[in-house]
Amino acid sequence: MSWFRRPSSTPLWQDEFSVFTADERYVNRRQFTKFLTLTSLAMFAGNLWILVRSWFRRPAFYPKQAVAKLNELPVGGVKLFSYPTAADRCILVRTEAQGYVAYSQKCTHLSCAVYYSQARNRLECPCHQGFFSIVDGSVLQGPPRRPLPRVVLEQKNGLLIATRMEQEGA
Amino acid sequence: MNTDPRQNRGLTAIDGAMTLIVVLLIVQIWLFSATLESYLAGHREAALPGAIISGILFAACAALYLFVDRIDSEVRKG
Repeated sequence: MSWFRRPSSTPLWQDEFSVFTADERYVNRRQFTKFLTLTSLAMFAGNLWILVRSWFRRPAFYPKQAVAKLNELPVGGVKLFSYPTAADRCILVRTEAQGYVAYSQKCTHLSCAVYYSQARNRLECPCHQGFFSIVDGSVLQGPPRRPLPRVVLEQKNGLLIATRMEQEGA
Repeated sequence: MNTDPRQNRGLTAIDGAMTLIVVLLIVQIWLFSATLESYLAGHREAALPGAIISGILFAACAALYLFVDRIDSEVRKG
């Protein structure tokens, strides 16, 4: 049994545009099957792309960066900063007298900027009502499935210093 | 209405193969979205098995397409 169709003397265009009504059903089904197979190829290509990206992904470099002075913010106060690059916006929140937390400001759903809701003590994404815990950045509600990446902070010489980002599972 | 039993059998075979491709494709789309979600979450370990299984599913879809193409050719040419 051969996998391929037998060679035929009929030109391909006669196959694709048959004058017989009954044959059209075959053409339509064959074309639909070809479309599905090409979609399957696209999915495979997508998976290969992920594989190549994961092989060549360089480990992120996290510089030590001062993001605020201690006592610069009141309790419940917020400061925006960029870390580790200028394109990565982060949000620093003073949750209590000695408690500071910082997270990436990009919602893990569709990258809208999250803001701190002091009344509800949580981070909220205004786009699709995704809410994150202020304690650990985990998802409380809404479409995001991953927690917010957390910025690890150190206190030194009266400064708050960002040392690295903590992704989920990292 | 098609009454030729040979053509009817051909159509049934093609419909069956098409249904199987649809099922495989749904699994493959789910696999792609799950692998992408995992990659974006910083996990790399799912990328290789995801690509291998996706390749197997694509090979199955391609084989079924060749089957449909051959049946189509045989039945219509008589």
